[in-house]
Amino acid sequence: MSDTRNTAPNGEEYQPIPTASGVDVEGGVGAVVSTETLPGEDKSYSQGQLVRRRFFRHRAAIFSMIMLALIIIVAFTSIGVGPLPGWWGKGYVEQYPKIGTGAPTWEHPFGQDTIGKDYFALVMRGTQRSIIIAIGVGLISTVIGTVIGSLAGFYRGWIESVLMRMTDLFIIIPLLVLAAVLGKIASSWGIWGLTLMLGLVTWTGLARLVRGEVLSLRERDFVVAARAVGTGTGRIIFKHVLPNAVGTIIVSATLAIAAAVLLETSLSFLGYGVLPPDTSLGLLISQYQTAFTTRPWLFWWPGLLILVIALSVNFIGDGLRDAFDPRQNRTKA
Amino acid sequence: MLKFILRRLGISALVLLAASALMYWLTVKSGDPLKDLRESNVQNREQLIQARIDHMGLDLPWYERYWDWLQGVGGCFTGNCDLGVTVNNQSVLALTEQAAGATLRLVTLATLLAIVVGIALGILTAIRQYSGFDYSVTFGAFLFFSLPVFWAAVILKEFAAIRYNDWIAVGEYAPTTILAVAAVAAFLAQFVLGGTRRRRLVTAAGTFVFIAVVMFVFNVTDWYRNPVFGPLMVLVVSAAAAVLVTALVTGFGNRRVLYGALTTAVVGLISYYAFGSILAEPTWFVLIGLFLLTLVVSGGIGAAWGGYARKQAMLVSVVTGIITSLVIVFDILVTNWAGFLQLKSRPISTIGASTPNFTGDFWETVLDLGAQLLLPTILLTLISVASYSRYTRSSMLEVLGQDYVRTARSKGLSERAVVTKHAFRNALIPITTIVAFDFAGLIGGAVITEQVFGWKGMGQLFRQGLDAVDPGPVMAFFLVTAVAAVVMNMLADIAYAYLDPRIRR
Repeated sequence: MSDTRNTAPNGEEYQPIPTASGVDVEGGVGAVVSTETLPGEDKSYSQGQLVRRRFFRHRAAIFSMIMLALIIIVAFTSIGVGPLPGWWGKGYVEQYPKIGTGAPTWEHPFGQDTIGKDYFALVMRGTQRSIIIAIGVGLISTVIGTVIGSLAGFYRGWIESVLMRMTDLFIIIPLLVLAAVLGKIASSWGIWGLTLMLGLVTWTGLARLVRGEVLSLRERDFVVAARAVGTGTGRIIFKHVLPNAVGTIIVSATLAIAAAVLLETSLSFLGYGVLPPDTSLGLLISQYQTAFTTRPWLFWWPGLLILVIALSVNFIGDGLRDAFDPRQNRTKA
Repeated sequence: MLKFILRRLGISALVLLAASALMYWLTVKSGDPLKDLRESNVQNREQLIQARIDHMGLDLPWYERYWDWLQGVGGCFTGNCDLGVTVNNQSVLALTEQAAGATLRLVTLATLLAIVVGIALGILTAIRQYSGFDYSVTFGAFLFFSLPVFWAAVILKEFAAIRYNDWIAVGEYAPTTILAVAAVAAFLAQFVLGGTRRRRLVTAAGTFVFIAVVMFVFNVTDWYRNPVFGPLMVLVVSAAAAVLVTALVTGFGNRRVLYGALTTAVVGLISYYAFGSILAEPTWFVLIGLFLLTLVVSGGIGAAWGGYARKQAMLVSVVTGIITSLVIVFDILVTNWAGFLQLKSRPISTIGASTPNFTGDFWETVLDLGAQLLLPTILLTLISVASYSRYTRSSMLEVLGQDYVRTARSKGLSERAVVTKHAFRNALIPITTIVAFDFAGLIGGAVITEQVFGWKGMGQLFRQGLDAVDPGPVMAFFLVTAVAAVVMNMLADIAYAYLDPRIRR
C-alpha cells in the first residue's frame, strides 16, 4: 500500500522511529530509518498511559484512592442502597434498646443516638447521601462549566462577553447564600433536586478555567489547520480542543467533588440542604453539636468521615494534577 | 488607567443589578411567607394573614416589589436609604448597620491575617521545596482545606474557649506541661530552619532552653493573669524587628538602611511616651490618625537616612514603623489585661460578638471584642491560609524556574536578593485575583461561623430573612456582600496593575 505522503526518492516504506514519548515522528526525506531499536526505547506510551504511570507514583493519591474506595464500598454495601440489601444487620430508622448511655459497644460500634437508633447505620446512610450528592454535583457542574467555557473561549466576540458576564453574575453572589436559597426551593424535591440545584451554581470556576485553556488552544497550529481545511466548529471543539484540555477538566472535576461534599454538608448543617427524615452528615452534626461534651461519639464520627472523604478526594485531585502536568520532572513523595 | 477602572465599574454595576434581580426573584420564590400563619390556630388568623399581605405587598408580582426595593436603594445615593422593613416591622437599615459591623470586622481581619501568613508560608515552602517542612505544611494545607468549618468550630469552642477559661482562673502551667511545650517548640524550630545536624541541634537546644525559662518565669510571676511588658521590651522587640526586616529586604551591606530602621524603632518608643495620655483613652479616629502619622514619619526617617537606596530605606522604615506600632498596642493591651480579667473572669465567651452591658474603658472593650473575635478569625484564617499558601507556593516555584532568576543567580546575587528583589513581586501577581475571589467564599464561611458562635451578624440577618421568606434582610445581606466583593475586585485589579507593569499601558 503506497503512502502518498511519503516523499522519499525511492518511495521506501514509511517506518516510524519509536521514541519514548510515544510521538510518531515521520521518517521524512533522507532520514535514516533503522529497524533496530535502542535499549529502553522499544516501548512507547500513549498520553493516557503516561498519566497513569505518573499518577501511580504519587503515594498520597494512591493511599487516598484506597481509603475512598473503602469508605464508598462500606457505606453502600453495609446497609444497602435502594432495593439491594446490606450485610449490616440493623437499619437506620429502627430504634434498638439503649445499652447504657448509648456509648460504642460491639453491638453498636458507633454507639447509639439519644432515642436508641444504631448510629453506624445512620452515619452510613448519611455518607451515602453525601457521596451521591457530591458526585452528582461534580458531574453536573463539570458538564455545564465545560460547555460554557469552551463556547466562550472559542467563539470570542459578543458570545464570550455575554457568557462571561453571566459567569460574573454567579460569582458575585456568595456561593453559600445562593446555594442556601436554592436548597430551600429544592427542599421538597428530594436528593436529586438538591443535586441539580447545587450543580447549577458551582460551575463558574471551571468555566473560567476552560475558557482560559480554550483561548490558548485555539491559536495552536492544529486548530488553525483544522479550520483551514474546513472542519466544522463542533468537531473542532470536541475532537481537537477539548481532548487537549482534558487534564485541566478532570482535575477541576475532582476538586469540584471535594468542594461539593463540603458545600452540601454545610448547607445541611444550616438547615437548607438535606432535610429530616432523610439524613446527611451535616444534618447529624447539627443535631448533635450540643452533645459534644456528654456523648462525643455522636459528634466525632460524621465529622471525621466528612474530613476523610474531602481530604481523600483533594489528594486524588492533586495527584491527577501532578500526573497531567507535562513539566513535572521530579516524582513527588 | 482611569478609563480602565471606570469601565470595570460600569460593567460591575450592571452585573450587580442583574444579580440583585436574580437574588430577589429566587428569595421570593423560595417558599411561602404565610406558612407559619396558615398553620397556626389563632382566633384572628384571617386578619393577621391580611395584615401581613398588606405589609409585605404579597399580592404584588415580584418585579413590582423588586422595583420598590430598588427605588429605596437608589435613595442611598441621595442620602436617605430605605431598605424596607422586615416582617416584624423593623427597619432593615438599622438592623444592617448593627450586624454589618460585626461581620465586616471578622472578615477583614481574617483576610488580612490570611494574606500575611499564607504568602509567608507559601514563599517559605517554595524556597525549601521537598523538605520535611514543605511536606508537612502541604499536608496541613490540605487538611484545613478539607475541614468542615462548622465541625471545627464546635471543637474549637470546647478546647480553645471553655478549657482556656477554666485554665485562666488558675493561670499556671504544670512543670511537665512546660517541658513538653518547650520540647515541641524546639522540634518545630529545628524542623523549619533546617540545616546540618549540628545546626539543628543548636537551634533545638537554644529554643528549648529559651521557652522553658520564659514559661517558668511567667509561672512564678503569675504573668498570665497580671502580665507586664514594659518599655524596655517594646524597644528590644522593635529593634529586633528592625534588624530582621533589614536583613530580609536589603541585607546588612547598606548600613544606612539599618540605621534608618533602628531610628524608627527608637522614635516609636519616644512617641509612645509623648502620646501616652492620648493613648490611655483614645477613640478609633485618634488611633487611625496616629497610625497614618506613623507611616508618614517612618517614611520620612527612611528618606532622610536613605542615601542612594532611598526607596528601599523608606520601605524598610515604614514596615518597621508598622511593627513598632503593633508592639506598642500590644503593650497597652497587656497593661489593661489584669483589669479586664476583673471585669470578665471567663474571657473567651462562646456566644456573641461582644459582652452585653460591658462597662470597661476603651482598651478593655478592645480586649473584649478581641477575645470574641479570636476563635472565628482563627477558623476563617486557617481555611484561607490553606489555599493562599498553595497558590503562592506554585506561583513562586514557577517564577523561580524562570530565566531571569537564573540570570540573577549567575550574576552572583545572594539568594536573599534574588528572592526578595526579583521573584517575590512577580510571584504575587496571581495571588491578587485569588484573594479577590476568595473573599466571597469567606463571607459564606462567616455565615456558618456566626451561626456556631452565636453572633448577631449579617449571617443571622440572612437566615432570619430566608426562613421567613422576607426579601428585605436577604437583599440587605446581598447588597453588603456584593458591594464588598466588587470593592475587593477593584482593589485586586489596582494591585494587579501596580505589580505587573505590562498592564499599565
